[in-house]
Amino acid sequence: MVFVNSLVPLTLLLWDAAHRRMGANPLEFATRTTGMLTLVFLLISLAVTPARKLTGWQWLGKHRRMLGLFAFFYGFLHLMTYVWFDKFFNLKAAALDILNRPFIAVGMAAFFIMVPLAITSTNKMVKRLGGKRWNRLHRIVYLSGALGALHYYMLVKADTRLPLTLAAVLGVLLGYRLFIKYIQPKPPARLLAPPR
Amino acid sequence: MVIKKPSDIKSSEITDKKVYLNRRLFMRGAALAGSALATGWLYRSLNAPPPPPRVNAKIENIVKPQPTFEVPAVNEKLTPLESITTYNNFYEFDTNKGGVASAAADFVTRPWSVSVEGLVNKPKTFDIDELIGLAPQEERIYRFRCVEGWSMVIPWDGFPLSKLLEAVEPQSSAKYVAFQTLYDPKRMPNQSSGILDWPYVEGLRMDEAMHPLVILATGIYGEVLPPQDGAPVRLVVPWKYGFKSIKSIVKIKLVGTEPPTTWNIAAPDEYGFYSNVNPQVNHPRWSQARERRIGEFGTRPTLMFNGYAEQVAHLYDGMDLKKYF
Repeated sequence: MVFVNSLVPLTLLLWDAAHRRMGANPLEFATRTTGMLTLVFLLISLAVTPARKLTGWQWLGKHRRMLGLFAFFYGFLHLMTYVWFDKFFNLKAAALDILNRPFIAVGMAAFFIMVPLAITSTNKMVKRLGGKRWNRLHRIVYLSGALGALHYYMLVKADTRLPLTLAAVLGVLLGYRLFIKYIQPKPPARLLAPPR
Repeated sequence: MVIKKPSDIKSSEITDKKVYLNRRLFMRGAALAGSALATGWLYRSLNAPPPPPRVNAKIENIVKPQPTFEVPAVNEKLTPLESITTYNNFYEFDTNKGGVASAAADFVTRPWSVSVEGLVNKPKTFDIDELIGLAPQEERIYRFRCVEGWSMVIPWDGFPLSKLLEAVEPQSSAKYVAFQTLYDPKRMPNQSSGILDWPYVEGLRMDEAMHPLVILATGIYGEVLPPQDGAPVRLVVPWKYGFKSIKSIVKIKLVGTEPPTTWNIAAPDEYGFYSNVNPQVNHPRWSQARERRIGEFGTRPTLMFNGYAEQVAHLYDGMDLKKYF
């Protein structure tokens, strides 16, 4: 269900591409769409745990990894539209671009932070790292999200409403996690649910 | 294998299970299809491709002058009308280039008047049709380079700005020309947002404004200028970045000192007063060395003064174009 729904945007994007319905600047349309999808999927995956805790719907938890992987997948497509179609794999031009355009460096950093998270997303890797270390490692996804929102903020000319909205959502999600961790008094151990 | 006699089988049992399985499969399929449709709808409503453009009225009696030194021929493929009218930067309506055409579709441009004032002997408020009648409508095919790094080749219809300025007789103290877009948040909905200082203002030096390449455009491809492209009248300065070519003008004022300009107010280190197309001076956040011509897959080098160096470079003799970017 999550898998199919996560592929819907890509399907529609490819449909638009096949029917030449991407406007006057298809590359920009594809780049903007995949970039936005990356941030949206990242935020949805980060919203899973707060949503699970607030609603008590434990089944939400098992979809988190798939949503995170889709964020990585759309991030990869976003990077590809840039490296392939904008720079035609001219890595020297891309390197110069990174130096000249800080927002691209920030975007690259946001993407490459996701790489180790995607690699360690298999059950085997979770076991190898151990739940605690795995959790600690995967906390850096918030950094990736923050850099992603910053990347978006830095590239718009004047209308910063959308990137600021995304950043605010990220802030709320992070704030919730910090609240749970540091501020909310913990229930006594005997009331905690046994580990899954 | 034991073959049961019909009497051994509770018929209700078999049917029940089948129905049960079927029902389950059906429910799952329906949930999947339903949610996929909902996701698709959500995606579509948030990220709609631009709708096809409307058809505009034809302009009559357009002069197609022979290219001269002052107005050189552009032997490059014209950008399709559909691209020119569905890919617009016009923040008064929408900051999304694909959304301007529909947001501006019902923008009414009659009646309309343009006040020409300031350091002139004959200040006058022109009715738009009177203004358009000042000089014959000429076709001018120009490259159009946006500061964002994309470009088009547009067959504008219009007449030289100098014709209007001559009509109001500038005084010798007039050194600059200041332009102003309509301010009316009811008709330009995005003006109620604070993303830029409204109304949009632009400016040229007097000698730039009098240059024969500079036109007031009232049409594209022989059709009346659609709202999303700056109806009913806009400036076109082909050797400067697109944002200098102010749209939907209501006021032109001749002044003695350099007038403020909107993007310069918004980000002074990114957008200068001159904003001449210059591949050697990068925008602080991106390179200006190359551009993507709309409709082409690759990129091409950006030309000095957008390819009009022969005609306009002399205007900037002795100026440090890195300083006066």
